[in-house]
Amino acid sequence: MTVAVLAFYLFALVTVAAGFMVVMSRNPVHSVLWLILAFISSAGLFVLLGAEFVAMILVIVYVGAVAVLFLFVVMMLDVDFAKLRGSLAQYLPLGLLIGVILLVELGLVFGNWTFAPGHEAARAAVTPALEETQNTVALGKIIYGQYIYMFQAAGLILLVAMIGAIVLTMRHRPNVKRQQVLEQMYRDPAKAMELKDVKPGQGL
Amino acid sequence: MAEFFFETNFGIFLYILGQCLLVTVLILVALAFLMYADRKIWAATQMRKGPNVVGVFGLLQSFADFIKYIVKEVVVPAGADKGVYFLAPMISFVLAVIAWAVIPWADGWVISNLNIGILYIFAISSLEVYGVIMGGWASNSKYPFLGSLRSAAQMISYEVSIGFIIVGVLISTGSLNLSDIVLAQDGRYGFFSWYWLPHFPMVFLFLISALAETNRPPFDLPEAESELVAGYQVEYSSTPFLLYMIGELMAVVLMCALITILFFGGWLSPIPGLPDGALWMIGKMMFFFFIFSMVKAITPRYRYDQLMRIGWKVFLPMSIGWVVLVSFAAQFGWFGGAYARWVVGG
Repeated sequence: MTVAVLAFYLFALVTVAAGFMVVMSRNPVHSVLWLILAFISSAGLFVLLGAEFVAMILVIVYVGAVAVLFLFVVMMLDVDFAKLRGSLAQYLPLGLLIGVILLVELGLVFGNWTFAPGHEAARAAVTPALEETQNTVALGKIIYGQYIYMFQAAGLILLVAMIGAIVLTMRHRPNVKRQQVLEQMYRDPAKAMELKDVKPGQGL
Repeated sequence: MAEFFFETNFGIFLYILGQCLLVTVLILVALAFLMYADRKIWAATQMRKGPNVVGVFGLLQSFADFIKYIVKEVVVPAGADKGVYFLAPMISFVLAVIAWAVIPWADGWVISNLNIGILYIFAISSLEVYGVIMGGWASNSKYPFLGSLRSAAQMISYEVSIGFIIVGVLISTGSLNLSDIVLAQDGRYGFFSWYWLPHFPMVFLFLISALAETNRPPFDLPEAESELVAGYQVEYSSTPFLLYMIGELMAVVLMCALITILFFGGWLSPIPGLPDGALWMIGKMMFFFFIFSMVKAITPRYRYDQLMRIGWKVFLPMSIGWVVLVSFAAQFGWFGGAYARWVVGG
């Protein structure tokens, strides 16, 4: 038991400290690296909760894909770090406001979760006993059984967003040379090359 | 004595630590000889002799290289981001090592029999891109940076298709546990009841994606020596470079282990009647390592746009289509239930 508590405080401390460093570090690339540390330690917190599937998905999706894209973009930015620092005080109130709103929302969710009438029955209905089934199976049964329509709607929203991004950035420019992939693939040496027998001292 | 190791907390800790050390040391020693084998195979293809000076037949060449790397001077480029510069090779090495914690060598021979073993491996291999990106960026140099940009795009693209190929296998098995995946392939027909037969085209897709994911030739564009000198490793020398090399090679061997487990029945014996065991697992892994080094020896390097096109326009649609097909085959029990070998639920 004590080991689990120790591990919890270790992960929690690292998460908070890394989150703080995301805001405070001078270099945006370091910020992203701290963000990755925060993601990984919150994955550790999920593992401690017994939600190992969520933990791994967090690592795969956020650390393995989203943060790589962040890093990819931030690395290529040409930013003046000193200027960025200067605007910290300007955005501090806005940041604090967002933080407070998030905290209140989380408080509401947590309150609903623990104090609402009949909360225990509602929770037990969707969480089968750990001895009976695996965490992954239980999640799958809920997502693809009870909440299938909401899950599909979320997927549809993402699809629409993706198509929107593609439509916004796609431009057809008529007078541009393009690579013809199929033509390139069907090109063979017989059509592209000609062998000439050149006599010495004559040239072509 | 036995109850100390299995019942007290400290004993269990020591026991697991011992297992980890055993696997790590064995793999590192094996890597030394795999490196040698790689170079010998490569040399034989080109009709050279390869390493043949240190030890009998040059067997100790890798150890000589190891000592050479350790005692060389560490050169840090001016303007490098020191913390990230040294963190990058360590990440690359550590990630390559910790993935072995969930690989089952035989029935029950596994350090941690995770229920989500395959997801763990997938998460680790998706993190491996950080060693490359961070190294390229922190070197504060043009070639490494270009190399790391290429690598980031390449590894992410091929992870997507690897993910879908794995999903196909998982649908057939109904479990994310690596041991369960192997056990689901245990059947009357030995070699022919493994997943390579029902998932036939995906074996090749997985092999090719694994080559791209581990930056092996013909997809070694992040370190293309003809354009980028050595890509993200240009500015690294001595021990950090050694860590990169070990990390890279270990990722290749891990991919061999993954192919073995997913498609070729892990520790199961190919001929019904012969005993199963860890030797089969190691033998199969060695066979796939041989294929990896033959590919390195005989294929020319891909062009970058071709690599991207193949990843997104060929592999991704094929693997998604395969997932849909396998789902139907598993649900309706086509081909006598070859696709539905569910070990849990059902």
